[in-house]
Amino acid sequence: MITITDIPLQAYLVVAAMLFCIGVWGLINSRNAVRVLMSIELMLNAVNLNMMAFSSYLDGAQVRGQVFAVFIITVAAAEAAVGLAILLSLYRNRDTVDMEQFNLLRW
Amino acid sequence: MSLALSTQLICFLLLSGALLLGALGVVLLPNVVYSAFLLGGVLLSMAGLYLLLNASFVAAAQVLVYVGAVNVLILFAIMLVNKRQPLRPMRVLLLRRLLSVGVCLGLLALLVQVALTTSWSVPGPPSIGEAAITRIGEHFFTDYLLPFEVASVLLLMAMIGAIVLARRDVLARDVVTGAPADQALLERQRPPLLPSQDGSSPSAPSP
Repeated sequence: MITITDIPLQAYLVVAAMLFCIGVWGLINSRNAVRVLMSIELMLNAVNLNMMAFSSYLDGAQVRGQVFAVFIITVAAAEAAVGLAILLSLYRNRDTVDMEQFNLLRW
Repeated sequence: MSLALSTQLICFLLLSGALLLGALGVVLLPNVVYSAFLLGGVLLSMAGLYLLLNASFVAAAQVLVYVGAVNVLILFAIMLVNKRQPLRPMRVLLLRRLLSVGVCLGLLALLVQVALTTSWSVPGPPSIGEAAITRIGEHFFTDYLLPFEVASVLLLMAMIGAIVLARRDVLARDVVTGAPADQALLERQRPPLLPSQDGSSPSAPSP
């Protein structure tokens, strides 16, 4: 069993930051509502990668980051199910998936 | 995971490259079906990175939950709402894209700056490797027992909520004869909440 201090921790953090920023960009700019949900999944995965990197590098004995990652995966699954159900119901009412036309609550 | 350093490095570079390229594809590809399949690739590469980080249980959970459930759910949603419509052009779309690129690059610069300048206390305690699965089980049933149970209640609530939200209103009786309908496939016509924006009149009210 070798230690994993070979790849620096910062490499994982930078990759996670890039993934998070791609997710933010997609969240802002997507006009398809399904793609917005996919961008949210990307952001949640970026956070998970941070958790796992910290858990492996800084907390190797008590792997609490992995426990939190499992909870995040659970919440993400629930979020995806409810989000897609809302999307389906919205599609039946408005007959579109264009985010720019979901403006019922716009002032 | 006991691999040589060069193998680890090559795996890390390959997986991160696949991850970032796939994420860009998810966001940028015009066809949303390709985006969904690329999302599956992104999630699989993420599971590979978890394996590199000595987290085999979470990698398996990632493959099972994300690739097996969430991605399939997204594909089903795409098939259910797949309406090929030309999106209405917007006036300031290009300006908005450029502005958001600026904002995201600024956020990225901030995050990278924080990651690189903080003095992390590495190396921490030595990694326990494959014994992490046992440790996670101990955590779940001792000090994280309450969040574990709350997570199961949350999943139940999400399941019921998704069913309630996505359920169709069906007609209980046949419209013509008045007899009870024995199959729930007749969907009631619902008027849209607002008249559609291209000026056409809303559909006829439901019977």
